Amino acid sequence: MAAASIALGANEAPAREIKGGADDPWLPHQADAPAPLEKPGYLFFTPEEAVFVEAATERLIPEDNLGPGAKECGVPLFIDHQLAGAYGRAGTWYMQGPWGKGQDTQGFQSRMTPSALYRAAIKAIDEHVMSSQGGKLFADLSSEAQEAILSDLEGGKLDLGGADAKTFFKMLWQNTKEGMFSDPIYGGNKDMAGWKMLGFPGARYNYLDWLDRHGEHYDQPPVGIRGRPGWNSTG
Amino acid sequence: MAQELTAAGHDVLALERGSWRDTGTDFAPSFIQDELRYRYQGHLFEQTAQETLTFRNTPDQTALPMRRLGSFLPGTGVGGSILHWNGQAFRFLPYDFEIRGKTAARYGETVIPADMTLQDWGVTYDELEPHYTRWEELCGIAGQAGNVSGKKLPGGNPFEGPRSKPYPTPPMKQTYGPTLFGEAAGSLKLHPFPCPSGNMSQAYTNPLGVSMAPCTYCGFCEKFGCGNYSKASAQTTILPVLMQNKNFTLRTECEVTRINLDGSGTHATGVTYIDAQGNEFEQPAELVIVCAYILHNVHLLMTSGIGTRYDPATGQGTLGKNYCYQLTPSVDIFFDDKVLNPFVGAGALGMIVDDWNGDNFDHTGLGFIHGGYIAGYMTTGRPIETELVPEGTPKWGAKWKQAFVKNYLTSMSISLMGAVMPNKVNCLDLDPTYRDVYGRPLMRMTFDFKQNELKLQDFAMGKMAEIAKAMHPREIKKSPRGPHYDIVPYQSTHNTGGAIMGANRRESVVNRYLQHWDVPNLFVVGASAFPHNSGYNPTGTVSALALWAAEAIRSQYLKHPGPLVRS
Repeated sequence: MAAASIALGANEAPAREIKGGADDPWLPHQADAPAPLEKPGYLFFTPEEAVFVEAATERLIPEDNLGPGAKECGVPLFIDHQLAGAYGRAGTWYMQGPWGKGQDTQGFQSRMTPSALYRAAIKAIDEHVMSSQGGKLFADLSSEAQEAILSDLEGGKLDLGGADAKTFFKMLWQNTKEGMFSDPIYGGNKDMAGWKMLGFPGARYNYLDWLDRHGEHYDQPPVGIRGRPGWNSTG
Repeated sequence: MAQELTAAGHDVLALERGSWRDTGTDFAPSFIQDELRYRYQGHLFEQTAQETLTFRNTPDQTALPMRRLGSFLPGTGVGGSILHWNGQAFRFLPYDFEIRGKTAARYGETVIPADMTLQDWGVTYDELEPHYTRWEELCGIAGQAGNVSGKKLPGGNPFEGPRSKPYPTPPMKQTYGPTLFGEAAGSLKLHPFPCPSGNMSQAYTNPLGVSMAPCTYCGFCEKFGCGNYSKASAQTTILPVLMQNKNFTLRTECEVTRINLDGSGTHATGVTYIDAQGNEFEQPAELVIVCAYILHNVHLLMTSGIGTRYDPATGQGTLGKNYCYQLTPSVDIFFDDKVLNPFVGAGALGMIVDDWNGDNFDHTGLGFIHGGYIAGYMTTGRPIETELVPEGTPKWGAKWKQAFVKNYLTSMSISLMGAVMPNKVNCLDLDPTYRDVYGRPLMRMTFDFKQNELKLQDFAMGKMAEIAKAMHPREIKKSPRGPHYDIVPYQSTHNTGGAIMGANRRESVVNRYLQHWDVPNLFVVGASAFPHNSGYNPTGTVSALALWAAEAIRSQYLKHPGPLVRS
């Protein structure tokens, strides 16, 4: 039921009349709860695409002495499930033509949905790498060479055929940050590692005891919508 | 509006395109703190698939559709956009309502450029004052008054227009970041005061008997509904009472697509709306009040063929004229030694200086008019959105990660809420190419920052940098807007104008009571009425104008239906 609510979006309920003083709009058992990722495992990416996304997101947010990188945090899994759902289909976006490129100030103008853009861009990037780097895939390259490819995407210097390189890079980077720092119920931010790294306490809703404690480090562990290890709100 | 009219005994039917929403079911604290779902997937926002507009910076460009929300985030559903506001609850200055006259009187007409379509509002601050006060009481606004009936009070805003009463609740408690900002501003002999706040500083019961709870500083205000009943919205201030009124009916998932006129073209017979199943209905009405988001107010008038559309080439026509926005550059501040805990935040938690807003300072020789407030807010530390890294940091990769982690707890921004003056070519009209789901032309927005905004920004960046340096940080980073307006990064949902109010029908769409000049039984309520946008958040003024119009409808129009102002 919860899954249906997020897939459909907020505006697809039947029309309703509520008469003042007669009808009660406060319906029980109607909480608009989120749809968590329940089953790990790729739904959208092919094995080849998954290898690319794991490598690319790890370059964008790599593992280091501060903590795990995007791959270990589940960012590729997060992106996969987003692309398999309403986001991947651009279900809430205006997608009618005609399609013009326009100015950067006019924003996203691709006819491709996010899922179509990922599919086309990954294929084109791997083909480009294969032909220019002796038959290797993006994921086989050194970190430095991967970074160079990502920089070229960012600058729009790679021709991806039907896909726009800059648009793809912007989407990949945004989705990577989302997967790193969103609530763990969506499959990323594994063990709240993204939040722990920053010191963000998550889905807490009461900091009244901290208003006067100027300059002190907050000392409570992060919690997600479903709680945290040792305290699970789903009971 | 509906509460004012039903309480006076009139039957009101409200048509809402979105769904019913309420705190316990739709933004409970057990799931509302979800940055992905609400901020980035826009769960409470308008979906562009349902309605959007096309955009271009200048008339020589081809406008393209806003396919994804970005710069502004209109809401949908019961409660509208105020449901997901921050709660920064300002009044405009007396100067704003008489801006053309007061500017010309102080500096001469010649400081107003020929392409700046600057107009007085046809209403004064003094006339709106009781309605600002009533709105603050309905919402329990927390703040420190600076001017009560002409008497200056310490700790408040000395530049504000005289108010008849202090704020109903005391200001919010400031955390470390805003405190540092306030101290720095004070050391520069400025006049810092706490932001007037729609986040409750204490439990409050409003004049309708609706109670709100103290804000817990969770940092999920703007773009979210409040799970704690702590942020003023229709849900937390009016709906519990309105929904008990037997003469009120609400239909949700019903989108008005047209205002219908009779054969004379001067009388509205009602509206046409389409429900979620696609069924079309005609709803008769004696009085039609359009209270959608500003962009939809203007679009609905255009697609209904009411009024004369503005033509920037000739300056003729009024509908779509004086579209304005908000100018929001910032300066990021990075400390080595000060832990700010940015996640301990609230939408209206911050200290403000109003020294460079409105005409609070001498503009002689500056090349621009108006200004904006400068704020040291600590609204949130939500980690996808709050990404402050120093100058020169790569945009991704290992060095980005290190910089983000190093600075997350010890950085903040100070920001300008800059005014935008109307310009001859910044306007709203209908797009020749793109259509919405109902087959209507999309509205077309032509907007760019002009010289007034860019000069104001340069000036304000200097002032913000001075305050930032007085906070003794390790380093600062200037983040200006422009030079061209960009519809992608979020700036503010402060779109204004297009169905503007004024003293005469030649220059405005609605009169001083927000009554349409051509169709007296049609009122158009919202920021669409603003002839320019001030250096403050617009919600307080939208609300005061709505209450002012409601009083005029109740006490004048319904007794003697007809034009309230003779043209």
